[in-house]
Amino acid sequence: MLPAWMKSFTHWPAVQNVVNDMKQLYIFIRKEFAHVLRDRKTLLILFGLPVVQILIFGFALTNEVRNAKIVIYDQAQDVASQQLISKIEASRYFDIAYAVMDRAGIEAAFKKGDIRLAVIFPQGFNNDLLHTHHAQIQVVADAADPNTATTLTSYITSIIQDYTAAQEPYQITPQIRFLYNPQLKGAPNFVPGVMSLVLMLVCVMMTAVSIVREKETGTMEVLLVSPFSPLMVIISKAIPYLLLSLINVTTILLLSTFVLKLPINGSIPLLFAESTLFIITCLTLGIFISVKTNSQQVAMLISLMGMMLPTILFSGFMFPVENMPLPLQLISNIVPSKWYYNIVKAIMIKGLGFSAIWKETLILVGITVILLFVSFKSFKIRLS
Amino acid sequence: MDAVIVNHLRKVYQDKTAVDDVSFAVKKGELFGLIGPDGAGKTSIFRMLTTLLLPDAGSATVDGYDVVKDYKAIRNLAGYMPGKFSLYQDLTVEENINFFATVFKTTVAKNYDLIKDIYIQIAPFKKRRAGKLSGGMKQKLALCCALIHRPSVLFLDEPTTGVDPVSRKEFWEMLRKLKEQEITIIVSTPYMDEADLCDRIALIQDGKILSIDTPNAVVAAFPDKLYAVKADQMHRLLKALQASPLVKDSYAFGEYAHVTFEGDLEQELAKQGLTGIELQTTPVTIEDCFIKLLKEKQ
Repeated sequence: MLPAWMKSFTHWPAVQNVVNDMKQLYIFIRKEFAHVLRDRKTLLILFGLPVVQILIFGFALTNEVRNAKIVIYDQAQDVASQQLISKIEASRYFDIAYAVMDRAGIEAAFKKGDIRLAVIFPQGFNNDLLHTHHAQIQVVADAADPNTATTLTSYITSIIQDYTAAQEPYQITPQIRFLYNPQLKGAPNFVPGVMSLVLMLVCVMMTAVSIVREKETGTMEVLLVSPFSPLMVIISKAIPYLLLSLINVTTILLLSTFVLKLPINGSIPLLFAESTLFIITCLTLGIFISVKTNSQQVAMLISLMGMMLPTILFSGFMFPVENMPLPLQLISNIVPSKWYYNIVKAIMIKGLGFSAIWKETLILVGITVILLFVSFKSFKIRLS
Repeated sequence: MDAVIVNHLRKVYQDKTAVDDVSFAVKKGELFGLIGPDGAGKTSIFRMLTTLLLPDAGSATVDGYDVVKDYKAIRNLAGYMPGKFSLYQDLTVEENINFFATVFKTTVAKNYDLIKDIYIQIAPFKKRRAGKLSGGMKQKLALCCALIHRPSVLFLDEPTTGVDPVSRKEFWEMLRKLKEQEITIIVSTPYMDEADLCDRIALIQDGKILSIDTPNAVVAAFPDKLYAVKADQMHRLLKALQASPLVKDSYAFGEYAHVTFEGDLEQELAKQGLTGIELQTTPVTIEDCFIKLLKEKQ
């Protein structure tokens, strides 16, 4: 009989196996990194794409609006209103097109479509300020172009705040009205959109292509005729892309915070946790595509057509899902990026917590589990 | 016990039978050659033996393990070098070897004696990426990677295709040395001249085996005296040979025509106005046997 303490040594071979497995996994992952880092084209797609997209979307779609034409309807014609008007006039964002003398004039100007915003001072503006320490300004924006509308109203608000800051204890509340599209529906909240797009592209396409490449070049043949389990091949393919994608998420968030000045209102750890979940969903999708295809071109095409298009069409990022016919709305439910897009929007823009997005999270988890099951089921331990 | 036993193996792709009722056995430590042209079914046989393809009929064992049931065991003990260069082109020579060593749960140091002779030749390029090596160097690297775990059976699918003659010769020398290490080697090649370097060969065409024997025995089985004939007018010569009643068989072979016949062929050819006729006996090669076997089959 062995003494108890020696019995633990009987486990050594098992320990040895685990150590060996980890070593295999490690060298495989290192190899994957080498593939990525040594291929300039891959590197460019991987890290250039998110930067370019976020900048293009950021500046082309919601770049700060300069010299926007506005009208002013000054019913007060007093000191305070004149001061504020000259402040607005001084701002590089606004060009006062002309002054209007009545509400009908504002409406006509909007209908003509040559102005973006109207500022209306009520009668006795200065009086209100002096006596009640509180006055109101009405701001009406043309929300047919929701991005510009929100941008402009926020500029106006900050100009007004700037003014009142110097006039303690007076307060001016801007009353904002959006014309034509009061709920700002379809506003391209592009950062969440770009995030789902980039992750979808990078994870699905890169994993699919990198696995199919091994099939195409014949290295898969050699790997299959080795003790390395095919499942491990897949796992070690997925891990580098998970890490690289998390770097991408960080890049996008940094760019949107510091370059595009779009703050993250919700919890950052929650955002990363949800992103990791979505990345895993995309990786399993990529693995699934790689199992089903044999050439890099086909894998790339399916990833682009099958993943990017639905992401653009059905996530609500570009086209509001609510306006689609019912069958398309139903289809949109199986597009993972729709759920991720809603999650990111809720966390980043609305600043909501997990309680607001548990349903979306659950659906994503469900899709991932199904995909994992299907791709492991169809994974082949042999050629063809 | 035989290292590899193949029993009535068959593989069908859609409508084409790639491997048709193939049987052979390879002894332990033997250098066994599968000789045949492209499309003969060599690669399919290799893939079934290396557990990459499932046979449609028949069975096979490698080191006593069934290729279907015990595929995991075979993947531990077999070394495989596919026909296409299948290493990572963007990794260096050293990285490739280390990678495959780890994948096979071993280290380069542990089996260095086995690959030393080959590795020394590529060592000066160990920092170079595999994709930038010459064809011969690539083959040496691939062989190193296939050998790194000291396999008991080594499968080499057309290892010398697309390799220059000097490197081909070196490659075969390396295989002969590996034989001393008691590694069973099955090698396929479309080059008939390489058949002589094997212990035993199987001539294969259209998925069927035409003959299995030692190269010498295959050659000895050639029943006729073989002649090489040449004339100033080669094209007319070939036509004349085909038309002649004396000739049993004739075909172009390099700058000569190989011919088997009875009677006075030289005189008959001269009668037909051919000039510069050279007729001499020539040793039978594997290729002559292969051509004969093919014609018999048809």
